[in-house]
Amino acid sequence: MSPSVCLQEMIRVIRGARTQGEERGVIQRECAAIRAQFRQADSGGRSHNLAKLLYVHMLGYPAHFGQMECVRLIASSKYSEKRIGYLGAMMLLDEKQDASLLITNSIKNDLSHSSQHVQSLALCTLACMGSAEMCRDLAPEIERLLKASNSYIKKKAALCAVHIVRKIPELGEMFTPSAHSLLSEKNHGVLHGAVILITELCERNPDNLKQFRKSVPELVQIMKNLVTSGYSPEHNVAGISDPFLQVRILRLLRILGRNNDAASDAMNDLLAQVATNTDSSKTAGSAVLYETVLTIMDIRSESGLRVLAVNILGRFLLNNDRNIRYISMTSLQKIVQTDHTAVQRHRGTIVDCLKDQDASVKRRALELSLALVSAANIRSMMKELLLFLSTCPPELRSHAASGIFNAAGGDVRDETVPNLIQLITAASELHCYTVHKLYRALISDIVQQSLVQVACWCIGEYGDLLLKGECEEITPMQVTEDDVLDALETVLQSHMSTPTSRGFALTAIMKLSTRITNNVDRIRSVVSIYGSCIDVELQQRAVEYNALFKKYDHMRYFTMSYCTVILEFGCRSRLSLVLGY
Amino acid sequence: MEWVGSPKINQLWWDSSLWGRELKLNTCERSHLYCARVKISLTAVYSGTVRTYQDNMQFMLLFSRQGKLRLQKWYVALSDTQKKKISREVIQMVLARKPKMCSFLEWRDLKIVYKRYASLYFCCAVEDQENELITLEIIHRYVELLDKYFGSVCELDIIFNFEKAYYILDEFILGGEAQETSKKIVLKAIEQADMLQEEAEAPRSVLEEIGLT
Repeated sequence: MSPSVCLQEMIRVIRGARTQGEERGVIQRECAAIRAQFRQADSGGRSHNLAKLLYVHMLGYPAHFGQMECVRLIASSKYSEKRIGYLGAMMLLDEKQDASLLITNSIKNDLSHSSQHVQSLALCTLACMGSAEMCRDLAPEIERLLKASNSYIKKKAALCAVHIVRKIPELGEMFTPSAHSLLSEKNHGVLHGAVILITELCERNPDNLKQFRKSVPELVQIMKNLVTSGYSPEHNVAGISDPFLQVRILRLLRILGRNNDAASDAMNDLLAQVATNTDSSKTAGSAVLYETVLTIMDIRSESGLRVLAVNILGRFLLNNDRNIRYISMTSLQKIVQTDHTAVQRHRGTIVDCLKDQDASVKRRALELSLALVSAANIRSMMKELLLFLSTCPPELRSHAASGIFNAAGGDVRDETVPNLIQLITAASELHCYTVHKLYRALISDIVQQSLVQVACWCIGEYGDLLLKGECEEITPMQVTEDDVLDALETVLQSHMSTPTSRGFALTAIMKLSTRITNNVDRIRSVVSIYGSCIDVELQQRAVEYNALFKKYDHMRYFTMSYCTVILEFGCRSRLSLVLGY
Repeated sequence: MEWVGSPKINQLWWDSSLWGRELKLNTCERSHLYCARVKISLTAVYSGTVRTYQDNMQFMLLFSRQGKLRLQKWYVALSDTQKKKISREVIQMVLARKPKMCSFLEWRDLKIVYKRYASLYFCCAVEDQENELITLEIIHRYVELLDKYFGSVCELDIIFNFEKAYYILDEFILGGEAQETSKKIVLKAIEQADMLQEEAEAPRSVLEEIGLT
């Protein structure tokens, strides 16, 4: 194959390779040829060779020997060579490479080139991979270009300035005056860039916030023009005039209106107008509506406007499009603390989303459902959440389980405890995580009886996992046998514990006798003490356990070992007594 | 690779106004602490406004249904190995999605917005605060531009003219943000740039033909 084969031919040959080895062979030959060409002082096909190298690089092969060629091509006077050179620089060089500094001078020269397309190449490269040093060097040039007459260049310079501000926030001061004047431009591209620049400046420095708040009326006017203007073929997307610019302006208004009554008042009418008039049948309209809702919820808006926003989100929840349902739940999550009652109205739909096929939607629905659990709806919510836990994908299980434990608190009905225990037994990979979490909950607080009961049962059943101290999902505490027994005895002795909870604790202590090694005597003594307890139930259990220790020690292991099967909780049988109920 | 002991990071660590603030370190790769590529996202409190500094669009990937990368544009500085690892992870995640699922994925602290057009997946990674729906519109706009330029674009067009696909992308998105919202203007700019390129290349080939070079 001759070394000067064109790019498309090379691609064809590479794609024709039948095996990985064949492909590698072709590429090695090509790279050798390209390398030889690069070494030659002047060859006609320089840009083609670099293009070939970039293709090879995209396939995943090393191409660092092309870096210097990029630098050389960028410095060339021919546009075609500059174009591929800059592309190569963006693909092969990044700010970490030393060679990237070498192109700073070329960029500087090209920023003042007579052709706007060359200027554009330089601006694009700077905004894509400009390091902090390069940005510092070239910032004055960018500032000059922001005031240049050509809107094509201005819009790119604005985004370059954004990149510079992100790299070196202190340089933001340099761009503040120009940013302000850019708002009076008519060109949408320039406006878009200007709004992004102002957003960036405001987010980095609160002094800028104060200054740009004065521009709120101007921004409101621009937005009004966009919304009320007639059909503009150039900017129309599905009936919305320039949704990209609208979304950007709304975001800037959000930042300016936050925590500021005056600014929020000034934009109130506009937000109401956009919220009611935007057609959300297509994604573009929904995007604008979504941003409007986010803005309304974040600024100091009137209550009527807030209600409108939550209703829009509620409408989104019922949308057929999964994407819309997803984003509506994301936004409801943000406001569930502040506007709890409003979000509660949509609880039914949210709980339905728990059954959605899509894992992303499920996750959002879970988060939101957990946040919506309250004393009033605890029973129905628990039912739904437990159902979810039994069918949910594995990556969500630990999150769901911990959420349920926290929510379960003290308000659960008694059936929930056995149901939950049944589920825990089924989720074997969760045992370690569960017992650690419950142990932590138990030692911090023993008021909530259901939680105490479940915790005692788990500690009795999986105490060895707790004592081993290894857990993948969370950093485990180091727990000694004494710690565990102390915790269980605290439950036994506390006057806050109900008799049921005491029963759980006693059985758990007994079960631990087969799972721990050092403190069996302590267990024996606890059990014998309760043999003369006033509580009949507790006394009965203690006497039985005592008997297990004394006469039926050989059966102790059998009766106290792991239950892999949980029976239905009908009437209380002897077996269910042994298992701990 | 940036060493954790570098002056910039040391400065941040010792800046007492930051003590007690939430300092979040994102490691792009799991490596030993002393040679991890650390991108610091700083949560600083300025009299009430809290802000995390992160770039907007982090990267855009185009890949086929078999997971072959057709275009990758990165707006953050990462090493080649990191880019490869991230691409592989994201591609695997997106390819595992079923057809009717929603277009948004949560991955690390970013959102992945993706859409499939014929045999190609278009995939963007944006920061968590971004409006996902408008990102979908941005992807759609890029596809429209490609379609207009190539005339009913297909995957092969992007394979054999990959550099043109990049040029079009660079004329639409700059530094991770959309630079021009009018389709017409973007296409006109590309047309003019292409003409410039032809003019630059033409004389040379003529001379070569005659044999004077």
